[in-house]
Amino acid sequence: MPLQRIKPTPPSDDKRWKLIDGTMRRNGYAGHALIETLHSVQDAFGYLDDPAMKFVASALNLPLSKVYGVATFYHLFTLKPKGEHTCVVCTGTACYIKGAGELIDGVSEKYEVPLGETTADRKLSLLGARCVGACGLAPAVVLDGVMLGKLKGDDLLEHIEKVI
Amino acid sequence: MIPTPATNVRVVTFKIDDRDFSAREDETIIQVAWENGIRIPSLCYLEGLSVWGACRLCVVEIVGSPRLVSSCSTRVAEGMEIRTDTEPLQAYRRMILELLFSERNHVCSVCVSNGHCELQNLAQQCGMDHVRIPYRNAAYQVDSSHDLFRVDHNRCVLCTRCVRVCDEIEGAHTWDSMGRGIHTQVITDLNRPWGESDSCTGCGKCVQVCPTGALVQQGTSVGEMHKDRQFLPYLSRMRDAQ
Amino acid sequence: MHIDELNELAEQIRTEQGSCQHCVRVCMAASCQSSGADDLMKRLEDAAPEGDQVQVKSVGCMGLCSAGPLVEVRSQGDDRPTMYQHVESQDAEEIMGSLGGSVIKRLECPTSIPFFQRQQKIVLENSGVIDPENIEDYIAADGYAALVTALTESNPTEVLHEVNLSGLRGRGGGGYPTGLKWSTVAKMPATQKYVICNADEGDPGAFMDRAVLESDPHRVLEGMALAAYAVGANRGYIYVRAEYPLAIERLKKSIRQATRKGLLGANICDTPFNFDIEVRLGAGAFVCGEETALMQSVEGERGQPRPRPPYPAELGLWGFPTLINNVETYANIAPIIRHGGDWFASLGTERSKGTKVFALAGRIHNTGLIEVPMGIPLREIVEEIGGGVPDGRRFKAVQTGGPSGGCLPEQQMDLPVDYDSLREVGSIMGSGGMIVMDETSSMVDVARYFMEFCMTESCGKCVPCRVGTYQMHDLLTKIAAGKGTSADLALLEELCEVVQMTSLCGLGQTAPNPVVSTLQYFRHEYENKLIRDEFTDSIHETEEMEAVS
Repeated sequence: MPLQRIKPTPPSDDKRWKLIDGTMRRNGYAGHALIETLHSVQDAFGYLDDPAMKFVASALNLPLSKVYGVATFYHLFTLKPKGEHTCVVCTGTACYIKGAGELIDGVSEKYEVPLGETTADRKLSLLGARCVGACGLAPAVVLDGVMLGKLKGDDLLEHIEKVI
Repeated sequence: MIPTPATNVRVVTFKIDDRDFSAREDETIIQVAWENGIRIPSLCYLEGLSVWGACRLCVVEIVGSPRLVSSCSTRVAEGMEIRTDTEPLQAYRRMILELLFSERNHVCSVCVSNGHCELQNLAQQCGMDHVRIPYRNAAYQVDSSHDLFRVDHNRCVLCTRCVRVCDEIEGAHTWDSMGRGIHTQVITDLNRPWGESDSCTGCGKCVQVCPTGALVQQGTSVGEMHKDRQFLPYLSRMRDAQ
Repeated sequence: MHIDELNELAEQIRTEQGSCQHCVRVCMAASCQSSGADDLMKRLEDAAPEGDQVQVKSVGCMGLCSAGPLVEVRSQGDDRPTMYQHVESQDAEEIMGSLGGSVIKRLECPTSIPFFQRQQKIVLENSGVIDPENIEDYIAADGYAALVTALTESNPTEVLHEVNLSGLRGRGGGGYPTGLKWSTVAKMPATQKYVICNADEGDPGAFMDRAVLESDPHRVLEGMALAAYAVGANRGYIYVRAEYPLAIERLKKSIRQATRKGLLGANICDTPFNFDIEVRLGAGAFVCGEETALMQSVEGERGQPRPRPPYPAELGLWGFPTLINNVETYANIAPIIRHGGDWFASLGTERSKGTKVFALAGRIHNTGLIEVPMGIPLREIVEEIGGGVPDGRRFKAVQTGGPSGGCLPEQQMDLPVDYDSLREVGSIMGSGGMIVMDETSSMVDVARYFMEFCMTESCGKCVPCRVGTYQMHDLLTKIAAGKGTSADLALLEELCEVVQMTSLCGLGQTAPNPVVSTLQYFRHEYENKLIRDEFTDSIHETEEMEAVS
C-alpha cells in the first residue's frame, strides 16, 4: 500500500510561503515544477537557503542533491542574500563593444566590490547579466529594476550615488 | 535515454573497421564492438547504467557523415560503416585525456588507485604519455566524513557513474552534480559532508563503479584497491524485468 | 468560431478604430520603455482631447531603437505617417497640438532613409502597428484567420504541405527545413505529442525574439497552434528566458485572451482539436537554447544536453515526440498559411526563403531591429540600412551568429546574407544578431570575450567543452596580454579542432568558431601579440654572436 503523502510544514510561518505553495499546487506538486518553484522562492525571499531548499525538496518529493544541483546550475538563482541595492551591468556583445567593462571596473573600484559580489555593508550587489536585450541602449545597466542606457564615463556612479 | 525498442527487432548488418558484423538493431555501437573484442575507449559508459555520453572518448567516425558520434549512444544500422581507430580519432582521444588530466590533480604516483585506475589505463591504451596542456592546479577538497568511504574531488572526472548508480540502482539519489562548466562538482545531499547524509544507505555502489581514485573505501592504500561490481548485471536485469 | 464570424469581428473592430481622426502610436517595447516611453504615454493620454477624435495607442517595437522613444502619428486621409524620435514627455502637449497641422520639424524622424525603405516586413508586419496587449487589434490585422481557416477548411496534411512548399528553414540558427521537421513529428505514431517554442534567446547582442514576443505575441501563439494541428499535438510550452519579464507578462496575457475567445483550449472552432499552451521560465542558462537541454529544463532538471540521435521528433519531452521551433519560425507560419507556401517561396534566395529579422548593434549608426529579404548583401545592411560606422571611424568586422558565429572582415562585405553563404565563409546565420566593430576593437579581445562567454555557459557535461573552453580561454588571455608564444597559438588551434569535432552539443561544437574565424581573417593581430619564443630567440642570438665573431 502506498504511503500517504504528508504535506511538509514550511520552514517558518512567514506568509510568503503561501505564495510558494500556490506555485506548487498549480503544478500538482509535480517534480517538473522545481524551477518554477525555485523562481517563486527567490522572488519572495531574494535567495535560496538550505531550509527553503529542504522544504521544496520534500514538498515536491525530490532528492535534496537534485534540488541543490538545479539551484546551482542556473545563474539567476542565488544561495546568498543580495544587497539592499542591485546593479546589474549587461555584458552582452553590444555593451561589451561599447564599454561595459569600464562600467564594471568603475563600480568595483569605488565600492570595493568584485563582480558577482555584495559590498561588506550589504548595501550594493554588483552583478553581470548575459544580454538584457536592450542593445540599442548599449551600454545598459539595470539598477534596482530600472533600466539605464547609453551610459558614459561616471554616469553610472552618479546614478548609484542617488539611490544609495 | 534511448527509446525502448519495438518488440519485433530486426537484425542488421554493418561494418566496424572493415570487418562485417550483424547485430540486433537495438544494440549500440559500443556494445557490439566490445562483444567482439574491439576495445573502443570510454570512461563514462558502464554496462548496467543509463547512457550519459559525456566523456567523448568513445566517439567514432561513420562513413558518409560529417559529424562524429559517441558509440555509447548511437545504435547500429543497416549498411553502416564505422571506423573506431583512425588517426584523427586517436589524436582527439589523446587530447581529451590531456584535458582530463589537466582539469584536476591527477598525480598517479600518490593515488590510491594507482595501477587500478581506468583513467590511467586509458592513457596507456591511447598512448597519452605526457600532458602538454597546463594543469589548472585548482584545490579540491577531500571529504572523509563518512564512516566507510571517502571522496577525493581531486581525482574526480565527472563521469557521473556514482550519480547514476545511486539513483538508478540503489534508488537513494544521494549524489548529484552541482554548478556548471568547469565548476561542476559531485555532491551529496545539499552539498553537506557525506557523513551527515540522511539519504545515503552506505551501500558503497558508488565506490565500486568509480573509475578513478575519487571514491574509495576508508583505509585503502595503494595496492589494496579492489572493486567489486558483480552486483550490477544482476540488479540491472532484475530492474528491467520489473 | 467560423471564418465568417472572425472576418465579421475583424471588420467591426476596423470600423470602430477607423472612426478616430488621428492615431498616435507610442513604442512601448523594452528599449523605448527604458528611455521613458511609459511617462510619455501618460502625458500623451492626458493631453489628448476628449472624445474619440484622437486615439493614443501603445504598440510594439518600431525598429529604430537608438532613436527612442519613438512616436508615430497617422491621420485620416494622410497616407504617409509621421514619425517622431527622441520624444520626451514634455513634448506630449506639442504633439497633440500639432495634430491636423504641420509636422514638428525638431522631432521628426525621416522615414525616407534606407533604414525604413529597404525593409520588407512579414514577421514584424504588426510590430509597431498593433497594441500587443489587445487580441482584437491582432484580429483586425487578419490575426487568427490562418488558424480558423485551417481548422475548419483544411486537414493537417494540407497545412504541412504549405509549410513544406514555403521552403522555410529554422530561424533559431541551425537552418533545418521546418517542413521536414514537422513531417517527422507528424509521422510518429504516438498518442501524445508536444509543441515547444524556443524563446530562450541567449545570444548576447540579439533581441529579435524579444521584440516579436513583446510586439506581437498572438502571432507566436497562432503559429504554435497551427503547428500543433499539423503534427497532431495538443499541448505546447513556450520556454522564455526569465530576463524578459515584459515578454513573459504579454505572453501570459495573450494566452488568457486567446483562450477566452475560444482560439486556444478545448474544441477550438468547434472542431475536435484541443491545444493548451503553458509558459515556462528559464533561469539564466544559455545552453538551454539547445533543444535537448531546453527539454531537460522544461522537465525541471539541470539543463544539460544529451546526445542526438535520438532527436526530439522521436524522443522528446517526457519521452514523447516533440516539435521544437524558434519564435521567429513560428511567427512566419500564419502568413505562410494565409498567403500560401508559393508566395513565401518567391521571396529570398534559392535555398534560403523569405525574410530574416536582424538585430543591429555595436558600432553602427542605426542600432535596432530590421527585417530584410534573405540574400541581401551584407554591405547593404551595414552601410545603408545601418547607416555605417559612426564618429568617422573605420569599419573592421561584423560579427554574426553570436558566440557560435564568426567575424567577417571588409572583403566579405559583398556576401549575400543567407544560411549557406555565411557558413561557407566560416560564420553562421545564427538567430540574427549582427554586431559591428570598428578599428578600436582588438580581434583577439573579441575572441577572448566570446570564449569567456562559452566557458561560463558550458554546462559542464562533456569533457571537450568543459575543460577545452577553459583552456582555450586561458590561452587567449595569455596571448591577449602579450605573453603567448607560437607554441601557445599552435595548441590553441589544435584545441579548436578537438572541441569542434568531439563536443556533445552545438554549444561546444561551435564554441571555437569566433577564434577560428578571427584567426582566418585577422591572424596578424594574434601574431603581433606573440612573444618571440626562446628557441628562435636563442638561434637569433647565436647567429648574431657568430656574426660578431
